[in-house]
Amino acid sequence: MNRTLMDLWVGIFVVAGLGAILVLALRVGNASATFDVSDTYTVYGDFENIGGLKVRAPVKSAGVVVGRVANIQLNAQTYKARATLAIDKRYQFPADTSAAILTAGLLGEQYIGFDAGGDTANLEQGSVLQITQSAIVLEKLISQFLYNKAAEGSGGDK
Amino acid sequence: MLKPLLSGFSHIGRQVIDGTWRLGYATRFFLLVLLRSGLSFTRFGLVVRKVYFSGVLSLIIIIVSGLFVGMVLGLQGYETLVRYGSAEALGTLVALSLVRELGPVVSALLFASRAGSAITAEIGLMKATEQLSAMEVMAVDPIARVVGPHFWGAVISMPLLASLFSAVGVFGGYLIGVVLIGVDDGAFWSQMQAAVDFRHDILNGIIKSAVFGVAVAAIATFEGYDAPPTAEGVSGATTRTVVTSALAILALDFVLTAFMFTGQ
Repeated sequence: MNRTLMDLWVGIFVVAGLGAILVLALRVGNASATFDVSDTYTVYGDFENIGGLKVRAPVKSAGVVVGRVANIQLNAQTYKARATLAIDKRYQFPADTSAAILTAGLLGEQYIGFDAGGDTANLEQGSVLQITQSAIVLEKLISQFLYNKAAEGSGGDK
Repeated sequence: MLKPLLSGFSHIGRQVIDGTWRLGYATRFFLLVLLRSGLSFTRFGLVVRKVYFSGVLSLIIIIVSGLFVGMVLGLQGYETLVRYGSAEALGTLVALSLVRELGPVVSALLFASRAGSAITAEIGLMKATEQLSAMEVMAVDPIARVVGPHFWGAVISMPLLASLFSAVGVFGGYLIGVVLIGVDDGAFWSQMQAAVDFRHDILNGIIKSAVFGVAVAAIATFEGYDAPPTAEGVSGATTRTVVTSALAILALDFVLTAFMFTGQ
């Protein structure tokens, strides 16, 4: 079988197609930024309410993505939500680091924000975050506000 | 008095029986192609020739339409997003809609009308001019020698074409959004990269296009093989290839989307 010009064209076509997949993976997608499973350690956070937090949401410290939410489950004993966080091994945090569920922008995606503490020991594989702050639920906030207003109003009459 | 009514019913019945019969025949044909495609892999040159026939010759239409679809998405997306003050999300919108839906679906529709119809016409004409029968007389299996390479050539080409379509489309959206309108360059790419996941979005898109490739290839080769050996028959089969492929692509897309992108 001899090489023909057709083979060259098919070669160009295949290279272009594979190149497109590579461009999609590296330039459009975040394959380069996705953490390897081996490069992370797992910590757990128990939250009263996770709001709209989703699996794969980012974990940020000082605005830098340091990990991802790997799993979210309801703990049937405490009725709290347990979020499993996969944190990049390059970043070590003190053991008393606090986690809060925050929102990017007004209507943006929810993420977990880390505030580093002052402990000398670091978080380890499998440790549980001691201080957590739940997502803000707008309805609760409004009802609390109205309740306070009403209490103020009735207090003023007397 | 009852006769016109009854003939209407019997017509419907005949259609249903015919359709089921043909579907069974098509399934057997599809399995036969899979079973006998050993030759396609031992003589890979045959498949390469068909990749040229269906893939390389579809390149122009795929690239040009991808560019235009991306540019339209850029324009329309900007018009809508700027109302909510989030024009920076344009990259996300263009990339997600291309990678998840438009890339696989539109390129498969174009592929069905560009390459699928050509496959049907070629196989149908080979049958009409009795080339397939001649092969059988010479103890060459036409399914292994002609249909198999056509089938695998189309299946290999389809994911590559869909990826090219998406990549070129994202570039088209970039041209309109960033170069022409002036959306911030960094926000365009970084928001896109934050939102598009390799496994969930890109890989699922490629799987979609591979499934569409199998569907189009199976329909095109079967219609050609089953075409009545007349000029009219071949033209009818070519039309049926395009129509059936389009319906199959859109129906499969719904099923695949329901599996892949919901309930996470």
